[in-house]
Amino acid sequence: MSSPTKQHDSWWKEGVGKVLTTVSASILILTTLAIIYFIASKGLATFFSNGVSLVEFLIGTEWNPEGAPGQFGALPFILGSFIVTVGSALLAAPLGIGTAIFMTEISPRIGQKVMQPVIELLVGIPSVVYGFIGLSVLIPFLRNSFGGVGFSILAGILVLTVMILPTITSLSVDAVKRVPRDLKEASLALGATRWQTIWNIIVLRSSLPGLLMAIILGMARAFGEALAVQMVIGNTTAIPKSLLSPSNTLTSGITLNMGNTIPGSAYNNALWSMGLLLLIMTLIFILLIRWISKRGQA
Amino acid sequence: MVSNEYALKTNDLNVFYGEKHAVKQLSIDFPSHSVTALIGPSGCGKSTYLRSLNRMNDLIEGAKVTGEIWFDGENVNHSAAHVRLLRKRIGMVFQKPNPFYKSIYENIAYGPRFHGVTNRKELNEIVESSLRKAALWDEVKDRLHHSALALSGGQQQRLCIARTLSLNPEILLLDEPASALDPISTSKIEELIQQLKANYTIIIVTHNMQQAARISDQTAFFLMGELIELNDTNQIFTKPTRKETEDYITGRFG
Repeated sequence: MSSPTKQHDSWWKEGVGKVLTTVSASILILTTLAIIYFIASKGLATFFSNGVSLVEFLIGTEWNPEGAPGQFGALPFILGSFIVTVGSALLAAPLGIGTAIFMTEISPRIGQKVMQPVIELLVGIPSVVYGFIGLSVLIPFLRNSFGGVGFSILAGILVLTVMILPTITSLSVDAVKRVPRDLKEASLALGATRWQTIWNIIVLRSSLPGLLMAIILGMARAFGEALAVQMVIGNTTAIPKSLLSPSNTLTSGITLNMGNTIPGSAYNNALWSMGLLLLIMTLIFILLIRWISKRGQA
Repeated sequence: MVSNEYALKTNDLNVFYGEKHAVKQLSIDFPSHSVTALIGPSGCGKSTYLRSLNRMNDLIEGAKVTGEIWFDGENVNHSAAHVRLLRKRIGMVFQKPNPFYKSIYENIAYGPRFHGVTNRKELNEIVESSLRKAALWDEVKDRLHHSALALSGGQQQRLCIARTLSLNPEILLLDEPASALDPISTSKIEELIQQLKANYTIIIVTHNMQQAARISDQTAFFLMGELIELNDTNQIFTKPTRKETEDYITGRFG
C-alpha cells in the first residue's frame, strides 16, 4: 500500500517548507533592495535636487552645509575614513596573522585554551566600550606623549586596530588550518625549517587568499565602525595634517550630524550621500572578497 | 644478499605513539643501490617505521623513537643529529601526490634554494636534471612555469619524486607512492624506481604484493609492529619460511 495519501502528505509538507523559506528569502531581498533604493534616492537628491556638484562633494575640502551658499566638500570625511581603515589594517594584519600562525602552528594547545577564548571575548565587547577605553586611556596617553589634544587619527587607528584584530585573527586561523598537512610535511621532508615552511607554504601560498579575505573583512569592519571612532577622533572637518591631527570619518560624520538636520534639506541629503558612499565602498569590499575567493579556488 | 655495503641500518628500533607500541625492535639492513619493499597489512607499522628513518616522526606530538638508525657511520636517531641535513640526504615521497601550490619549476627549486643554491643557472640545471631523472622532462619542459596542480595525478607524483631528487639524496623513502594512481601511471612509477636503483638506495612501502615482487630486491614482511620475515624478494614470494608470510602473500588474510 504505498499510498497516494502518503505522497499527498509529503507534497503538502514540501509545499509548506518551500513557501516558508521562499517568504523568508523574499523579505530579506526586499528589505535590502528597499534600503538601497532609499539611500540612493536620498543620497542622489543632493546632486539632482539640491544642485551640489558631485566633483565638489568628492574632492572639495570645505564642509559648511549651513553656510550661504552651503559648501559640501566631503573630502575630509572620505580621507579620514580611508586613513583610519588602511592604518588599522596595516597594524592589525601582521598582528592578526602572526597570532593565527602562533595559534595553529607554534602552540596549538595555548591557541585552543587561551587565545581562542580571548578572541571570542574581544569580538563580544561592544564598540562603545572600546571607544570609552580609548577616550579615557588612549587620549590622555597620546596627549602626554605627543602634545596636542590627543583626539586624533592615530587614536582612531589604534582603537580600530584592537577592534578588527579578532576578526582578522580568527579568519586567519581558519585560513591557516585549511592548509593540507601533507604540504607542510613535503616541505619539512625536503629539509626546510619550520619557519621556512610556514612562510613559503602557508603564508605565501596555500592560505594567501584566505588571509587576504581576513584583512579585507577587517577593513570593511573598520570602514563601517562609527561609534568608537567618533569618541576618539576629534570630529573636525579639516583635512588632517598629520596622524596626530583630529579628523573625521564618513560614519562619525553621519551619526554626529544626522540629528541636527531637517529631513529634505540639502544638509540632510548630503549626509545621505555620505551613506551612499559607504554603501558603495561596502559593495567594493564584497566584490573584492568574491574575486579573491574565486581566484583562491582556481 | 650479494652486497656487503649497507646504505642504512636500524638496530632495535622502537616507535611509540603515546601508549601504543607501534614498531617493535626492528633491525633491518638496507643494501646500497637496492630496492627494499616493506609489506604487511594496514596498521602493521611499516609506514611508521619508514617515517622514523628521516625523523619525520619528530613532528608528531607524543611520538617517541628509540634504538639506533645508522647512516653514513653515524647514529642519526639522536638529538644532536642534523635533522635538516639528514632529510636532504634521505628523501621522502608521500602516498598522495602533494605538489606545492607553485609552478613546476618552483616545486623543484624549492629544496635547493633552502640548501643554499641561489644561482639561477645552477637552479635551471637542477630543475632540468631532476625532471629528466623522474622521466617527466619531455612532458613538462614547455610549461615549467605553469601551476603544478594542472598536472595529472601520475605526473604530480613523478614531480614529487623529481622534487626529492633535486637535493641529490642517497636514499629514497617511498610511502606507497603509487597507491593513489591509475595502472598506467603506476607502471611508469615502477619503471622509474627500477632506473633510480642504479644511483639510489630505495625503501618502498607498498600494499601491492605484485608491485613488491616486481620491483624489489629484498622484502620485509611486517605484522603488528614486528618484523616477521626479511629475505630476498624471490625467496619471500616463492618459499617463505614463516607461515604468517605465506598466509599473507597468498591472500589468506590481510
